[in-house]
Amino acid sequence: MPKYMLIMRGTDETNAAMMASIDEAMAATHRFIEEMIKAGVLLAAEGLDDPSRGVVVDFSGETPVVTDGPYGETKELFGGYFLLDVASKQEAIEWAKRVPAVAGSKIEVRRVAGSDEVPQGNERSVEERAGRESRI
Amino acid sequence: MGTADVEAVWRIESARIVAALTRFTGDFGLAEDAAQEAVAEALVSWPVAAPANPAGWLMATARRRAIDAIRRRTALQDRYALLAADPAVDEGFDPDRIDDDVLALMFVSCHPVLSPEARVALTLRVVGGLSSEEIARAFLVPVPTVQARITRGKKTIAAAGVPFELPAAGERRERLGDVLSVLYVIFTEGSTATSGDRLLRPDVAYEAIRLARTLAALQPDEPEVHGLLALCELTAARFPARTGPDGSPILLADQDRRRWDFSAIRRGLAALARASARGLGPYGLQAAIAATHAAAPSVEATDWDRIVVLYEALGRVAPSPVVELNRAVAVAMASGPAQALAIVDELIAADRLPGSHLVPTVRGELLARLGRRPEARAELELAARLCANERERSVVLRKAAALG
Repeated sequence: MPKYMLIMRGTDETNAAMMASIDEAMAATHRFIEEMIKAGVLLAAEGLDDPSRGVVVDFSGETPVVTDGPYGETKELFGGYFLLDVASKQEAIEWAKRVPAVAGSKIEVRRVAGSDEVPQGNERSVEERAGRESRI
Repeated sequence: MGTADVEAVWRIESARIVAALTRFTGDFGLAEDAAQEAVAEALVSWPVAAPANPAGWLMATARRRAIDAIRRRTALQDRYALLAADPAVDEGFDPDRIDDDVLALMFVSCHPVLSPEARVALTLRVVGGLSSEEIARAFLVPVPTVQARITRGKKTIAAAGVPFELPAAGERRERLGDVLSVLYVIFTEGSTATSGDRLLRPDVAYEAIRLARTLAALQPDEPEVHGLLALCELTAARFPARTGPDGSPILLADQDRRRWDFSAIRRGLAALARASARGLGPYGLQAAIAATHAAAPSVEATDWDRIVVLYEALGRVAPSPVVELNRAVAVAMASGPAQALAIVDELIAADRLPGSHLVPTVRGELLARLGRRPEARAELELAARLCANERERSVVLRKAAALG
């Protein structure tokens, strides 16, 4: 089955709205996760911490420049993800519609490229993937 | 909304809808028919006007169809009155109730009164939400055959008066074994097709894994459920390396282990840890064997002694000639082919796997390793004649030819 990632995209406003009723948001998310587990589709789910605690490494100049978050000009923030094992893109979309998301936020649905899509004979990409995964 | 959208909603909701309807009507066959009618209606009407709440729409429509059907049966007037008056139907899903309903649905679909084929078809259809066409494609049988199996299955359930409820506590574990074996049959059909020209039908195998995950979520305290899940995850982890670009099988020894799905291995090991709480059962032991392979950098560097021990344990809790044969292969790797040949010859003397291509395949391999080439070749040629999977047969024939 193909894997899809549901990527939560919030804004400062939706993050603030969520934090305002965090207990409710957590409970709703918990229920949603339970539902996906019982449907046998959930592989992983993680949420990101407050963006203000993040840093940005900027490669615009000659050397990487590190700045503290929050991001200055970013309108949408990557807030977390669900990784699903589903039969079709439509099924991933159907789950995305059920995410208890705050009004104004977005969910991006992206397919995870399968290992069988690595071009045959492309040793480097196979090795890269195996090296990455075996160490996680 | 197109067909694919309807199918997506159906796949997510079908088990809960059929389960809830079965509880309301007390009639599994009627519930399944009503649910199928609802999805057929959705395929016609959603592309024109998409409902705001697709799951609710399906449930409400299926419920109306069930009421229509009951209304037609005059003898069941009382039950109809009861159903129409049941306010719970409109209150949406009670999660705890639904969990038990879905679990009960699994037990009904895998009920021992059904033939093995009917169990597989009903489980995929009512719990998995697959269409008759999809099941037919997966098992390489004509669509009418699948439809007949489902119809007959529903009639058998009704005739036997199988109640829609969770089996009593004492009976639960044994019945759970039936459910696990159906899921495993579906998985093995997908991981090594018994006939046809494709070695793998991963979509079938992944559907079994999805159902095993559902079962593990609903029965978290049953170690063997986690054992089965671990076995499936660890076996499926090797899928990317098991076939070449042209679809031909690649044996374990020749697989590029870097292509194994390491996230699946991680999930499999996690499930195995949950399975081993009170000692491993048959699925857990097989998962432990798969985990030993997964942990090895190569065939040579595999802990074959551990695998032999695990097969011995498996032979005690779930004796079978196939386990003996696998033990022989492990013994050959751990202690050499001569000792293994003795085990295989014992199997043959007892005629415990008559007609299987696996016995001559293994025997041929062992003879080849012992340098008895003409005998080895004859065994492998016999194996090829007995083998129904074309891909597997060609591998065996290649080996026979290599023996000159």
